[in-house]
Amino acid sequence: MAAEPPLLTVTGLTVTFPTPRGDVRAVDSLGFTVHRGRTLGIVGESGSGKSVTSLAVMGLHTGARVTGSVVLDGRELTGLPERDLNRLRGRRMAMIFQDPLSSLHPSYTVGEQIAEHHRVHFGSRRAAARRRAVEMLGEVGIPEPARRAGEYPHQFSGGMRQRVMIAMALACEPDLLIADEPTTALDVTVQAQILELLARLQQERGLAVVLITHDLGVVARVAHDVLVMYGGRAAEQAPVDALFTVPAHPYTRGLLDSLPRLDDPDDAPLRAIPGSPPSLLAPTPGCAFAPRCPRAAAAPAAERARCEDTGPALTASQGHLVACHLPLHTDAPAPGGPR
Amino acid sequence: MTATTGPKTGPDAGPLLAVRDLTMTFPGRRGRRRAAVRAVDGVSFDLAPGETLGLVGESGCGKSTTGRMIVRLLEPTAGSVVYAGRDISRLSQRALKPLRRELQMVFQDPHSSLNPHQTVARIVADPLLVQGVPAAEARERAAGLMELVGLVPEHLDRFPHAFSGGQAQRIGIARALATGPRLIVADEPVSALDVSVQAQIVGLLDRLRRELGLACLFIAHDLAVVKRVCDRVAVMYLGRIVEIGDKDRVYAAPAHPYTRALLSAVPLPDPAAERARERIVLAGDPPSPAAPPPGCTFHPRCPKAQDVCRREAPLLRVPVPGERREVACHFPETG
Repeated sequence: MAAEPPLLTVTGLTVTFPTPRGDVRAVDSLGFTVHRGRTLGIVGESGSGKSVTSLAVMGLHTGARVTGSVVLDGRELTGLPERDLNRLRGRRMAMIFQDPLSSLHPSYTVGEQIAEHHRVHFGSRRAAARRRAVEMLGEVGIPEPARRAGEYPHQFSGGMRQRVMIAMALACEPDLLIADEPTTALDVTVQAQILELLARLQQERGLAVVLITHDLGVVARVAHDVLVMYGGRAAEQAPVDALFTVPAHPYTRGLLDSLPRLDDPDDAPLRAIPGSPPSLLAPTPGCAFAPRCPRAAAAPAAERARCEDTGPALTASQGHLVACHLPLHTDAPAPGGPR
Repeated sequence: MTATTGPKTGPDAGPLLAVRDLTMTFPGRRGRRRAAVRAVDGVSFDLAPGETLGLVGESGCGKSTTGRMIVRLLEPTAGSVVYAGRDISRLSQRALKPLRRELQMVFQDPHSSLNPHQTVARIVADPLLVQGVPAAEARERAAGLMELVGLVPEHLDRFPHAFSGGQAQRIGIARALATGPRLIVADEPVSALDVSVQAQIVGLLDRLRRELGLACLFIAHDLAVVKRVCDRVAVMYLGRIVEIGDKDRVYAAPAHPYTRALLSAVPLPDPAAERARERIVLAGDPPSPAAPPPGCTFHPRCPKAQDVCRREAPLLRVPVPGERREVACHFPETG
C-alpha cells in the first residue's frame, strides 16, 4: 500500500472568500493525502473549514479564490477549465451531502436521475442506463429496486434517500468519494446502516473516501486516518488509533475530554473546553486555538506570547503531524514512537 | 397503567409531575384519506422534585411533543398532566399564567428562540415583567441571572447576534430560570452546539439543577449526553415509552430490543472499542406514526419478533421483580 502513490494529494490549499468586511480565509495552507481503499476522516467544528475543503477539492467553489494544488491520480485539478472538471466530477470523483433531499431533483424519479448521470458520462443508451440505475439501487440495499427506481425522492425515507445518493455517486465507478456529514441528518439506528454500507462499498470497490464530520464517534468507527481542523487550518493529522490514544494537539485532547461517552461507567463531570470556536472574520496572528488552550494558559509568558503571535507550522512528531508550539508529545518519553 | 418505579424519596414523597396516558393526535392524510397521526400514544411517567428524567428516541418518536404538552405549549388530545397535585392539561391560558412561573422550557436552537430585536436584559427579564415584577427590579435580577449562567452582567444591553451559540444558550437558560421554576423541560438543549461547547452547557445544566433543586425533563437524541445528566431515562419509539427506569439499569442492561439496538448504534470515540464491539444493526426505518404497525410497533424491525408481537401491543411492566425499571416487550432481555 505504501508503495502506491496516493490517489488524492492536496498541498497548500487555501480558500479565500472576498466579503464586504474584508477577505475571509476559510481554509489556510491545508495539505493531506488519501490512498485507494483508505478513509480519511476530516473532523472539525463549525467554521473549521472542513466543508469548504471538500467543495474546493471538487472545484465547486464559485466566488472563492482557491490556491494551492489538488492532484487526483497524477492530474492537477486546480486551474482546470470547467469543461474538464465536469468530465471528472461524478466520473472520477463523486460527492454526497448531509441533506440528500436538497441534492435530488424533486420532479424526476430517482431511477431517471441515476440513469442520466450514467448517460452523461458514458454515453450509454437509455435502456442500459436504466438497468444500471436499478442495479445500483439494489447494490445500496434498497428493496425492490426495479419498482423503487420509478418513485420520486419524496417517497423515500431519509435513510433510503441517502442510499439513493450513494447509488448515484457510485454509478460511474469513481475512484474518490467525498462524503460531507453523510449521516448527520439521520437517526442513529439509520446512521449505523449507512456507515456499514459505505464501509462495505469501499472494501468491494477499493474507493478512496474523504469523510467530513463533526462526530468523533463516526470517525473512530470508519476512518483509517484523521485530520483535525481548527480555524481553517490543520491542527493534527494521524492514523486513527494514534490520534485517539495519544493525541499530540491540546485541541484534540480537549475534544476527546469534552465528549460524553456511553461506555464510561462513572459519569464524571465533563472537562469542557472554555470559550467558543474562533470567528474567521477576526483571525488572530498566532495559533487559532491559543485563546482557549490550557497549555498556552499555563505556559510562561514568553511561550504564551509565541502561541498568540506566531502560527505554528505543521511538524512531524511520533507519526503525527501537529501544528502546535506546545504539543503534548514532548512530555511523552518514548523517543522511538508512541507506546 | 402507571410508570411509578418503586417508592419515592425526597422531601414531599409525592411526584412533582405525574403524566398519565398522555396522547396527542394531529390531523393528517394518507393518500386521499384522512388519517390522524398519533404522535404521542398513552405516555405515562412520574417526575420527583429535583429529579432529572431523560426522554430519548429518534426523530418523530414524539419526545418533543410530549415535552410541549407538559409545559402546555400544546393541549393534549387525551390524558392528564398533573403538576403538584393539579391537573393542568385542560386549564385555560389565563388559569395557566401563575403556573408558568414554575414550568419553564429551554429550546434547541438558542438563536431562533431569542428575539433578535430585544436586548438580553429584556429577554431575560421578560418572564418577570409578565409576572408583574417592576422593571428596575427585573433588570437587577436579570443581572444576577447572567452571572448564575456564567455570563457577564455588563453584556445585558447587547443583542442576541453578538453572542456565540453557547452563550446564546446560556441566555436561554437564564430566561428559563428567571421566575424561579421548579420544573424545566429542556428540548435538545445542546444538539445545535459545537462539540467543544456542548460539554460547557451540559455542565452548567447539571450544576444548576443541583444548586437550585430543579426537576428536569431532558429531551435528547444523544444517549451519551442523557447518560451524563439524568437520574432516570425513558426510551420512546413511535409515540410510546418502550422502556423506563433508573439510568444505571437501562444503560448497563437494556431490556427492550430497541433500547439495545439504539445503544449499540451509538459510535464510541474509541477506534479499538469500535472494532471489538458487536453491533445490532436494525433493518429498515422507523415506521410512520400515521400508519403504525399492529401489535408491538417495533415488531417489523425487531430481531426477536414472534407471532404474539404482531398481534398484541405489550404493556409496560417490570421484567425483573424489585427493579426500578419497566419495559413494554413480550420478550424482554432479563439477563
